[in-house]
Amino acid sequence: MTIRFEINGEKVELEVAPDARAVDVLRRELGFTGVKEACGQGECGACTVLIDGQSRLSCLMLAAQLHGRTVLTIEGMAHGDRLHPLQESFIEHGAVQCGFCTPGMILAAESLLGREPRPDRERIRQGLSGNLCRCTGYQKIVDAVEAVVRDGGEKP
Amino acid sequence: MTQKFNVIGSRAPRLDAPDKATGRACYVDDIEFPHLLEGAILQSPHAHARILSIDTSAAEALPGVAAVITHRDVPDVRYGVSPARYDETIFAIDKVRYVGDEVAAVAAEDLDTAMAALELIKVEYEVLPHVLTVDEALAEGAPVIHDAFPGNICAEVHQEFGDVAAGFAESDIIRTDVFVNKRQDGAFIEPHRCVAVYDNFGQLTLTSSTQVPHYVQRTVAMVTGIDVGKVRVKKPYVGGGFGPKAEATPCDIISAFLAIKTGRPVRVAYSREQVFLHCRARHQFKHVMKTGFKKDGTIMALDHQCWLEGGAYSSFGIATVYYAGSLLAAPYKLPNMKYDGWRVYTNKPACGAQRGHGGVAARACFEQQLDLIAKQLDMDPIELRLKNIMTAGDVSCNDLAMSSLGMKECIEAVRDGSTWRDKRGRLPKGKGIGMASGFFVSGAGYPIYRSETYHCTVTIKVQEDGGTVKVLTGAAEIGQGSDTAMAMIAAEAIGIPLDRVRLVSGDTDYGVDLGAYSSRTTLMTGHATKEAGEAVKDRVLTALAEELGIERDRLDMANGLVEISGDPVDFSELRTKYIKEHRGWSDHPAGDQITFTEAARIAYLKYGTVVGTGKYKPPVLGGKFKGAAVGTSPAYGCSAQVAEVTVDLETGQVTVDSITDAHDCGKAVNLTSVEAQMEGSVSMGLGEAMFEEVKFDDQGRVLNASLGEYHIPTVLDMPQMSCIVVESGEPNGPFGAKEVGEGAIMPTIPAILNAVHDATGVTITELPITPERVLKALKEKEQEKD
Repeated sequence: MTIRFEINGEKVELEVAPDARAVDVLRRELGFTGVKEACGQGECGACTVLIDGQSRLSCLMLAAQLHGRTVLTIEGMAHGDRLHPLQESFIEHGAVQCGFCTPGMILAAESLLGREPRPDRERIRQGLSGNLCRCTGYQKIVDAVEAVVRDGGEKP
Repeated sequence: MTQKFNVIGSRAPRLDAPDKATGRACYVDDIEFPHLLEGAILQSPHAHARILSIDTSAAEALPGVAAVITHRDVPDVRYGVSPARYDETIFAIDKVRYVGDEVAAVAAEDLDTAMAALELIKVEYEVLPHVLTVDEALAEGAPVIHDAFPGNICAEVHQEFGDVAAGFAESDIIRTDVFVNKRQDGAFIEPHRCVAVYDNFGQLTLTSSTQVPHYVQRTVAMVTGIDVGKVRVKKPYVGGGFGPKAEATPCDIISAFLAIKTGRPVRVAYSREQVFLHCRARHQFKHVMKTGFKKDGTIMALDHQCWLEGGAYSSFGIATVYYAGSLLAAPYKLPNMKYDGWRVYTNKPACGAQRGHGGVAARACFEQQLDLIAKQLDMDPIELRLKNIMTAGDVSCNDLAMSSLGMKECIEAVRDGSTWRDKRGRLPKGKGIGMASGFFVSGAGYPIYRSETYHCTVTIKVQEDGGTVKVLTGAAEIGQGSDTAMAMIAAEAIGIPLDRVRLVSGDTDYGVDLGAYSSRTTLMTGHATKEAGEAVKDRVLTALAEELGIERDRLDMANGLVEISGDPVDFSELRTKYIKEHRGWSDHPAGDQITFTEAARIAYLKYGTVVGTGKYKPPVLGGKFKGAAVGTSPAYGCSAQVAEVTVDLETGQVTVDSITDAHDCGKAVNLTSVEAQMEGSVSMGLGEAMFEEVKFDDQGRVLNASLGEYHIPTVLDMPQMSCIVVESGEPNGPFGAKEVGEGAIMPTIPAILNAVHDATGVTITELPITPERVLKALKEKEQEKD
């Protein structure tokens, strides 16, 4: 079947099998390997992408469900050479260790800030609670998101 | 330490963070291989069964299948972690020993075809009786899992140091306590995977998600029979390891055989369920500790017994059973210690090493017992600990030498940081505060195989343009931050800014490095990196001294600028020469100091490519007794934590409200990364304390082999953590640095247990601390009162 959607600002049209998963099409067909797969069952959040601004688990979605939507992966977060404030903040605050959860975590944070621009620490924690990280203990991740909220998203 | 540092001790952002935060970082699955085949493994559905026959003909006939292999297609060679217990075969030969044991494998054009082919392999089994617990395995007449190990004892340890009987005779109080943890899963976010490529020159290259490229290289060379020089193991970015990736896996070995057979690249990748089936993570331990004390709180003797439920193969288990005993000999002065440990085979996935290898449950048992003794003596638990701690220069009863030990500083830091004195004994009902200490090696003193090999070699090459240096190391960055730490150490040693250093790592072609385990990289690879950096600096400055016609010892380098002592030296000729060489360039050196770039260029023009090499091997360490090697280390890290908890007395639900954490890492190479290791350790310890448990049914099948059913901490489970970095200055470490990766997990479980006791008066002796266990203990306490 043919699907058309927008990904990271580009329009794409491609043929996919009706049972193809979104995560596989994004990673293997389109090369967006920043979309990670770690459980395949919607439990860890590593495959998080934004669909029309909302965080979604691409391992639980069919590629067909991308049709007509606007998709954002981690590769689409930076503007040219300028990293997104969340990316800058994760780097600066030591919120990145092994990095396998990082793309999903940053996108979950972006989804949260899209819904709720000024969450407090507790709301940030709730907003990230669907994304698992085994390395950090989450504190520096929450610090990183909180710093972006504090600076109003205006990181240098 | 009064030494001034320019790079070390800062909060440099990690070198790999930009790649990881933008999705550019490539892990095994993100790398493209042309004509790649997908591999899949057929695993045993039975915990214990004899294999009567295997018929692969239907699978081989399936279109799209490139190869099907079983034990008939590979050498009959035993492998494992410790050469003393090579008890694994590539595929099961005569019988399977756990649900998940490898029976056959397929390589096919795509994963769907490979999985379909697995369904077509017919295996006839004769199911045998199985054993799933230590008690079942040790029962008289129990089924034997390995013929070579009747009684199912994989390894046993019997040690006595000092005079334990005399120690008890002099004790005023003797307590015996029992403690049981649960099998934990590593639950790293990236499952194991490997792609093998076998080229026309007979070279086998593995791209693997591993902590130990060096050991994978040796194991794969051994089982395939390919010359070790023709096996290369590369580790791209790795999505966490924590221990269970510290050995060659079936992903590595089976992808190698499938690639050799097909002549095409083959990927073997575990699903999340297979990560649980492979396991190699924390054992289940049962500890019985009998400890004697003087009335004044002096520890006199410990008689310790431990049983490890090990699963079907040895993995790291021999080291684990030794560590479970040896690591208790410090950080308290313990003059007399007896240890009897047994690692027992069961028909379950094999356990191995996980953060805090062997010592976590033992530490939990002992630190909880210390609190109970303090209560009996009516002493503050912190005072009891301070009374008994070792300091630098002390040697434990089992010959572990404390070259540095900031134990006192750690304990005082968490006492003061948590305002312990205001809280202990003064909190409202249901609130509690507890404290515990920890202790761990800073790198295993000996390799896993018996050898006089260096533990690491590092090469630093000065790029011929003079502008930058490139560090080449086999060290395994698995998320802990070693790449950044090594680049910082190189920059400090040479005397250049961090942005002048590039680094490649995790490849057996770059040198020997035993890998990321036993918290060894900062100290050991750090030593080798420092030595290589100093060699580079010396070579460059020697060339410069010759050129300037002055003595070498008048020159030094810092921040990328040459410092000349004594009278000023005219170097205008040298600078003019450099500038002439770079007509049209915009970044000509200026200022009144010679730059590293200029000096390095001169060295290149004089000598050709400038290369510095470094190496590290610990000196001969430890005692002469059997097993003395396990626990020896050139240095030891130590830590202390205070946990504050709320216990809902109606439901038994425990909430950890805060952790105050201090760790002595000798000298923080990168402060942010040190805190990151401390916080991550707390999270893994908290998970094991509060809810993590791999569960099995009565047929040996994992019941919760998913990240939904096996609960690791989410952000909502984590308390606020306050990290205090203690720097004792380790004489055997590079720039004074030692471990933080694993020791930091040690106090978490007992600090929480002790806080629960403070809140409720009950002692939880079996993990995890579920509401059911807490309620049951509360009820039993009520009944005792009645």
